[in-house]
Amino acid sequence: MKTSGARIVLECLKREGVDTIFGLPGGAVLPIYDALYDFEGLRHILVRQEAAAGHAAEGYARTTGKVGVCLVTSGPAATNLVTALQDASMDSIPIVALTGQVPTHLIGNDAFQEADNCGITRPCTKHNFLVKDGKDLGPIIREAFHIAATGRPGPVHIDLPKDILVKEAELIWPDKVQLRSYNPNYDGHPGQIKKAARLMVQAHRPVLYVGGGVISSGAHAELLELAELTQIPLTTTLMGLGAFPSEHPLSLEMLGMHGTYYANMAVHASDVLVAIGARFDDRVTGKVELFAPEAEIIHIDIDPSSISKNIQVHVPIVGDCRRVLRALIDAVREEMRDEVPSLAREARTQWLAQIAQWREKQPLRYEWDDQLIKPQYVMQEISNLTRGEAYVVTGVGQHQMWAAQYYKFKYPRRWCTSGGLGTMGYGLPTAMGVAAAHPGALVVNIDGDGSFVMNSQELATCYDYNLPVKTIIINNGGHGMVRQWQEIIYKGRFFAVDLDRSPDFVKLAEAYGCVGLRASRPSEVVPALEKAFSTPGPVVVDVVVDKWEYVFPMVPAGGANKDMILDRPNKAVKDNAAKSQTGF
Amino acid sequence: MQNGGEPRQHTIAVLVENRFGVLSRVAGLFSARGYNIESLSVGETLDPSVSRMTIVVHGDEFVIEQVMKQLHKLIDVIKVSDLTDDDHVERELMLIRVNAEPQHRAEIMRTADIFRAKIVDVTPSSFTIEATGDEGKLEALAELLRPMGIQELVRTGKVAIARGPKTRARKAAGEGARRARISDDPRVIGFAD
Repeated sequence: MKTSGARIVLECLKREGVDTIFGLPGGAVLPIYDALYDFEGLRHILVRQEAAAGHAAEGYARTTGKVGVCLVTSGPAATNLVTALQDASMDSIPIVALTGQVPTHLIGNDAFQEADNCGITRPCTKHNFLVKDGKDLGPIIREAFHIAATGRPGPVHIDLPKDILVKEAELIWPDKVQLRSYNPNYDGHPGQIKKAARLMVQAHRPVLYVGGGVISSGAHAELLELAELTQIPLTTTLMGLGAFPSEHPLSLEMLGMHGTYYANMAVHASDVLVAIGARFDDRVTGKVELFAPEAEIIHIDIDPSSISKNIQVHVPIVGDCRRVLRALIDAVREEMRDEVPSLAREARTQWLAQIAQWREKQPLRYEWDDQLIKPQYVMQEISNLTRGEAYVVTGVGQHQMWAAQYYKFKYPRRWCTSGGLGTMGYGLPTAMGVAAAHPGALVVNIDGDGSFVMNSQELATCYDYNLPVKTIIINNGGHGMVRQWQEIIYKGRFFAVDLDRSPDFVKLAEAYGCVGLRASRPSEVVPALEKAFSTPGPVVVDVVVDKWEYVFPMVPAGGANKDMILDRPNKAVKDNAAKSQTGF
Repeated sequence: MQNGGEPRQHTIAVLVENRFGVLSRVAGLFSARGYNIESLSVGETLDPSVSRMTIVVHGDEFVIEQVMKQLHKLIDVIKVSDLTDDDHVERELMLIRVNAEPQHRAEIMRTADIFRAKIVDVTPSSFTIEATGDEGKLEALAELLRPMGIQELVRTGKVAIARGPKTRARKAAGEGARRARISDDPRVIGFAD
C-alpha cells in the first residue's frame, strides 16, 4: 500500500523502537508534523532552539543506550543543529538527526531556507544521507539506525526534501541491514589478548585507563571483574566516569588536566597501561612525549583509527570492550594459573602502597570558608544528598570539572557531559532529554552562570512538558575557567571574563513558570538543595560561590601530567605556566 | 609522534561505493586531518556500483597508517590497500600542447617517438601530444619540450594496479624485502571485513 513519505518516516521510526522525538517544526518538515497530528505511538517534545533538540537526543541516548532522535527543518535549523552533531560525534553518542530540505527540484537554487545540509554535516557525523526517492526512505532509515548504534557509535543525519515527504511511495522495510563496506570488528584478536594478559599479570606497576567506550559497550561488570581479579588500580576519563564505582578501593578517579594527583602520578609511573575504550585525548595525555613514558601500552578500542593516533601503542586490540574484556578475563585467569613470579607479586604490593601514599599526600581538597560558598562543597553535598545515584548532567567549565572530581559515581549511564567538544549550553537541554527518558528519576543539571544562559530558553520546554530538571547554577559571576587561565597563564590580565550583570536567575526561573531558589552562604546550601530535590517540576537554584576558587590539580596545556599545579600558584609557577600559552 | 620513518610517497587504492558525495567525503577527510593529497583519480570499476580511487599521498608510516584507517572508517569505503611496497604497475596520462614552429616540428616528432608518445592533434602552429608512463618519464618529456614553448599541459594523476599472482620464484625473492608490520594482520588493524 502506498502512503506519503512523511508517514513512511514515522512508521520506520516506530519500527526502530523510537518512542520520543525532540523537534521543532518549519516549512520543509511540515508534512511530517502534519502526519504526526494523528500518528499514534510517538511522543514529540517541542524544544525552543534546534541545538537543544540535538542535545536532548544525546541525553536520551547516553542514559538509555538507545538511539536518540531529533527532527528539525531545513536551512537555519539544520545549521543550528550542527553543534549537537559535532558534540555527539566527538563523544560517540548514537543519534539520528532528521532535517528538512527544500524540494528536490529547488536544491541548489538558493531557495528560501536552503542550505547544503549534507555538505555541512558531512565532517561532523558518522555518516549522512540525502533521500532522493521515496522508496529509499525505509532502507535509509534502517541503515542510519544501524550505523549510529553499531561499531563506534555516533550521529547519523538524514536530509529529507519536502517533495519526498509529500509524494506517496511504497514502504520498503529490509529484514536486516547488510553493508558490504561497513562491518565493525567486535572480537579482539586472541593472540593479542593473550599477549595483553601476560603483560598485565607480570606487570610491576600496572594501571587501567578507562574511557567512555566501556559505558557504550555496557562493559562495566566485566571491568569490575577484571580489576578485582588482577587488583590493578583504575582511573577513568571524563567520559568514563560511572564505568567503575568512584569509591571502590582500586579507583583512582579521573586522570588528565584536572585529574587527581594520584591518578596522574600512577599513570606517569606505570610500566603497563591498559587503555580500554579511551582515545588518548590531549586533555588526558598532556605533553605526549611525557605521558606514561615507561609504560608498555595495551589499547582496546572498537575504532581502529583511535589506535596509535596520538600515542604509539604496543599491543593494539580492535574490538568491542565488553567482548574483549570477557576474553581478557579468561586469558588472565589462564596466565595466573602458572606461578606468578614472586618478584612481580612483591612489586605489586609496593605499587599499591605507593599509590596509597600519593593519595594520602595529595587528596582532592579545598579550603572551607564560613562566609563564602566553595563550589567543591556544593558538589559534595549534591553527591551526598543523591547518594551518587542521580542522573547528573553538566555544562562546560569549572563547575563541570568540580562535578567530575567530587561526585561519587556509582553506576554507568547516569553521567552526561560534553567531553570532546566542550559545548557550553549543553547542560539544560541534555538534562531535559534525560528527564524525558526517565520519568520520575532525579535529574540534576550542574551548570555555570556562563554556560547556563547559552540554552536557558529550554526552561520553557521543561515547564511545558513538566520535565523536572533540577538546575544548580554554580554562579561565580563570570567565565570561571577563563578567569583561571587568565590568572595562571596570562599573567592576571583579565578581559571579557566577568558576567556581573547576569539576569537574576531566581526571577528568570519564575518567569518561565519554574521554581527559583538561591543560596548565598554555606549554611544555605543544603536546605536549598533539599528543597530543590523535593519540589516537583523544574527548579533552578542559584548558588553564589567564591569567584576566586580555581580547579586543582591543573596541568597547564601542553605540560607533563606529573607537573600538576596543586594549589593557588605563586609567581614562579605562573611564569612557568605562561610558557605553555602556545600549548592548547 | 616520532619514529614513523622517513616520509615518502605512497600509492593507495581505495574501493568505494559509487554514490553521490563519496569524493567529497574522501577529499574532506584529507583536508580535515591535514594530510596532503598529491594526486587523486577516480573511475568506475568492472562493477558499476563500485568506483576505484588511486590516491597518492606523502607521509611517514604513522601518517599513512592513520590515512588508511581514516579512509576505512568512512562508511562508503569498501577496501583500502597501500600498493607502495607491493608489486604493482602505476601509470599516468599527460596531454601536452606545444608550439610547433617549422624548424622544430621534426624534433618534436622524434622526441615523442622516443617516449612512445602519440601526436593526437596537429595545427599549423602546434602539436598536441599524448603520453603515458610513470612520473619520471612524463616529467622528462615535458622538460625536453619546454624549450619549444608549452602552451598547455594536463595530467590525470596516477592510477595503479597490483600485478598478477606471483610465480614461486618471484614470491621467494619478494619476501624478506619488506619487513613485516603489525598492520599486516587485518584483525589487529581492524580491517577484518
